[in-house]
Amino acid sequence: MYAFDIERPSSVADAVAALGAEDAQALGGGQTLIPTLKQRLAAPSKLVSLGSVTEMQGVASEGGSIRIGGATNHATVAAQVGGTYPALADLAANIGDPAVRNRGTIGGSLANNDPAACYPAAALASGATIITNKRQIAADEYFQGMFTTALGEGEIITGVLFPVPEQASYQKFVQPASRFALVGVFVAKYSDGVRVAVTGASNEGVQRWSAAEEALSANFSADAVSGLNFPTDDLIADLHGSADYRAHLVKVMTGRAVVAAS
Amino acid sequence: MEPRCSIGHYNPGTDEYTLHTTSQNPHLTRLLISAFVMGIPENKLTVIAPDVGGGFGSKIYHYGEEALVLAAAKKLGRTVKWTADRTEAFLTDAHGRDHVTKIELALDAEGNFLAFRTETMANVGAYLSNFSTATPTFLHGTLMAGNYTVPLVYVIVKAVFTNTAPVDAYRGAGRPEATFSLERVIDKAARELGMDPIELRRKNFVKPDQYPFASAAGLEYDSGNYDALMDQMEKVADKAGFEARRKESEAKGLLRGFGVNAYIEACGIAPSNLVGVLGSRVGLYDAATVRVNATGNLSVMVGAHSHGQGHETVFPQVVAEMLGIEAESIDIVHGDTSKIPFGMGTYGSRSLAVCGSAVVRATEKIINKAKKIAAHMLEASDEDITLKDGVFSVAGTDKSVSFGEVALKAYIPHEFPLEDIEPGLEETAFYDPANFTYPSGAYCCEVEVDPETGKVRVDRMTAVDDFGNVINPMVVTGQVHGGLGQGIGQALVENTTYDENGQLLSASYMDYTMPRADDLPCYIVDHSKGNPCTHNPLGGKGCGEAGAIGSPPTVVNAVIDALQSGGKNVTHIDMPMTPHRVWSAMNNA
Repeated sequence: MYAFDIERPSSVADAVAALGAEDAQALGGGQTLIPTLKQRLAAPSKLVSLGSVTEMQGVASEGGSIRIGGATNHATVAAQVGGTYPALADLAANIGDPAVRNRGTIGGSLANNDPAACYPAAALASGATIITNKRQIAADEYFQGMFTTALGEGEIITGVLFPVPEQASYQKFVQPASRFALVGVFVAKYSDGVRVAVTGASNEGVQRWSAAEEALSANFSADAVSGLNFPTDDLIADLHGSADYRAHLVKVMTGRAVVAAS
Repeated sequence: MEPRCSIGHYNPGTDEYTLHTTSQNPHLTRLLISAFVMGIPENKLTVIAPDVGGGFGSKIYHYGEEALVLAAAKKLGRTVKWTADRTEAFLTDAHGRDHVTKIELALDAEGNFLAFRTETMANVGAYLSNFSTATPTFLHGTLMAGNYTVPLVYVIVKAVFTNTAPVDAYRGAGRPEATFSLERVIDKAARELGMDPIELRRKNFVKPDQYPFASAAGLEYDSGNYDALMDQMEKVADKAGFEARRKESEAKGLLRGFGVNAYIEACGIAPSNLVGVLGSRVGLYDAATVRVNATGNLSVMVGAHSHGQGHETVFPQVVAEMLGIEAESIDIVHGDTSKIPFGMGTYGSRSLAVCGSAVVRATEKIINKAKKIAAHMLEASDEDITLKDGVFSVAGTDKSVSFGEVALKAYIPHEFPLEDIEPGLEETAFYDPANFTYPSGAYCCEVEVDPETGKVRVDRMTAVDDFGNVINPMVVTGQVHGGLGQGIGQALVENTTYDENGQLLSASYMDYTMPRADDLPCYIVDHSKGNPCTHNPLGGKGCGEAGAIGSPPTVVNAVIDALQSGGKNVTHIDMPMTPHRVWSAMNNA
């Protein structure tokens, strides 16, 4: 690890100011960034920890939605969201291990947009709104490919607004070593239709499965997707699974999510 | 598990080197550095391997970093430390297994085994580690008759250089590979012949009245009773309840399979004469010094290295029982070449069978000398002295002295017959075994396979082993548990993978799958059916590797059984049986 300075601002304004320094880097829970630093794959001059920004902490209900502060860790979401959005609480409760869940944050996960992370599937399937210090971004515009988002320089995720669906479930088939999602599928049923988001499978990062959404919007049952095939173009293929296997798992996990949500 | 670490220190005043290192055998490391690498006289080099966080084979060998920190320490005039990170461990530690084997089994119409023929390509990596050539040859080929009376065995092993890290002994070292290929082909034969896999094995087992048994692969098995192990396995595993459990699994949409395995292995390595004939360039004895201190407590210096095997518990038990004193008054000293006699270290399930036997021999010498001192103190003849519960008595009288009194007398030898008895009470013994020990076992497991995803879950795992006399059942159970965990890991998840350019893909725990607690079932472990080893004084057989030897084919046999029960015509899947591989096998069948 190379040497760096660290700042712990207590307000969004101070955090933004601190990030103005050359080669400064925001630090959420550090679940990706710290290992990267340890491997000397990054050399920021300064880390700006967002963990002390109180206005980015916590969970609140807002009408039919849940607002989660960007610096809220997974364990908090798992503990506090279960009553209103059980599928989201369940997703948070199954990220990594207890150490990860008590360090990692929703804002950090969404800003990193790891192609095998869980939260991007929830945000995309829920049609969530990503709230930053500058603007509000719809999930459909926010995710722009593996490790790529709509965030600009110095832009911080201060919160995420999730519309609560009528029914939902996240089903993850884990990569055996890392226990990230080899394939994860989040199915969310709203009054105006069903949204299906897939993580882990694609070189493009999290994405929606429109054919399944149409089928499930017409008939919310596992049978509705059993005849579909997830397109295999540009799927991840590695030592843990071929593209064909991942495509198969997307279908299986989608069916299981529908059953679990029903 | 802990990555390797070495600290080199040089004292210019005395021209002495000290190496602290993560080793399973500090004397072997010292010998190799002295004789072959740096030419430092052994009396100028101390190798210390204190508490080491796991070995499993990979820390048997001398690695280049050990010599480098010593050379650097001398050159720089200061202590030099090197520690591997996890990725460096994956890149440079000796790996294990990696055989490609073709095996054939010939049977007559009744199912009697006529011959096994195997051809193996064994990867030894890009350059040879210390025992790279021993592992796939004489620790593997000699076991290719298994537990069976088969008259003919043909084995050819070709060791091949590749661009991988060196491949060498890893928990089981050659015997898991032998058991795996035998027990897989036997299972396949049973299925093709429509015979019960247990009955086919029983039909060909060596029977209890055939010991000592000269196997077709050249070893002499000293004791065993494979049918009794199989009986016990069927009982404790509740084999009778399998069909009901299969129906429960099927109701959940899962395929349940039952897999069985019978293994024998050769451990407690090894007779020096025998391995010399087989091409080894080291002896494989071990050594112990029992030092009775003046106030009656004991220090036992052993050549075996303890990095999780429980020597600190078991060796004192042996000595305490022989002397009739409390085990708490005995301490074990190991891992420091300046303190212990020249031992060959810990691997090959040899600690109890070889070093434990040396402890017995040294303690016998202590008893003999202590009896002489007691006889002198009691004005009796040596032959009339008996030792019981830590008290020396003159047979047929009420005259006695305690062990502590004898110890004190040895160091304060007033009125001592110095022409007959030296002062002090300290004895050393070297023990070179007459044969390997031959633990054997009957294992079974039940798996559930998810036919939609290929995911395998081990639901039940039973290990019934013959370890001869068991000194400490809890330690033995722990050793079996660990071995089963590694065996299941090998069968289902663990895999070192290089790409076609020789780049290591599984270079961290993000891609190398360690089995975790939730990958493993609660085990049923039984070692109540032991047949004592006939040639060592404890009657014990090695237990450290058995679990890792017996479990991999058990798991694979169970997965194949599960898939066949679901109508999938899958006859073999290479380990590790990851979800992707199982799914692919199902969909290509």
